[in-house]
Amino acid sequence: MTNQKHQFDASPVVVEDLAPALRLSLRVKPAHRETLGRALGLDLPTRVGSRAAANGAEALCLGPDEWLIVAPEGTDLASPARAAYADAPHSLVDISDREITLRLSGPAVLDLLAACCPRNIAAMPVGAAARTVFDSATVILWRDGPTDFRMDVWRSFAPHVRSLLTQVRTEIAAGL
Amino acid sequence: MLLIHCPYCEDTLPELEFTYAGEAHIARPADPSALSDDEWRDFLFIRTNARGPHYERWRHIGCGRFFNALRDTVSDRFLTTYKAGEARRPLTNEAAE
Ligand SMILES: [Zn+2]
Repeated sequence: MTNQKHQFDASPVVVEDLAPALRLSLRVKPAHRETLGRALGLDLPTRVGSRAAANGAEALCLGPDEWLIVAPEGTDLASPARAAYADAPHSLVDISDREITLRLSGPAVLDLLAACCPRNIAAMPVGAAARTVFDSATVILWRDGPTDFRMDVWRSFAPHVRSLLTQVRTEIAAGL
Repeated sequence: MLLIHCPYCEDTLPELEFTYAGEAHIARPADPSALSDDEWRDFLFIRTNARGPHYERWRHIGCGRFFNALRDTVSDRFLTTYKAGEARRPLTNEAAE
């Protein structure tokens, strides 16, 4: 028995589960974006797919009036949002338990993603993110480095996504 | 794979990220009760069924937005796409795309 974490250098792709995090779905009209961003301490980005980080929290622009905010568990963003509600009406929904987050990394990670994502992931800039599909399951893919990704997957889709990841990793390891 | 330009993401992305949502520019009657049964039937069910350029709605999973597209139903080529709420793009613009 060993409690050592096996880290094979030759492993072309590593799939890890990340710790639970606070996830918030924010909807606010463009006219109130700045006001609310100031209250949350986040400069909410306006271009779909771009991210902004501050004080350990991260905001991703998913659509013209939709943002995903990820922060460490226990962060209180609801109070400042509530205080700003009169000036910047919005909807802020806690969706922390809706998804799990997988970290995908390693030299062959782009091959792994290309097997299941129709979007050209190689062309995604480092530091960007996108809501896209992984074999028909809607996922949010964050590119943190050239071969370093995070993938938010709805819990109900997770078994399907995991089985595909295992299958593709096996194929990559076998040189297929 | 068919590539579709999303006017909100300003990016050209694979068809699998999009969902077709029927014919575009069909305004819901302001007062449905004032319509005859035939008029209501026409609003609900009667469509152009164009052979050639067709105005239609699509939804992008990425940004969650509905938008309008002009697609040729014969060649399956997208002639243009534009944001929801914008005026119908004239057919004469299709050559410029
Ligand atoms: Zn889009």
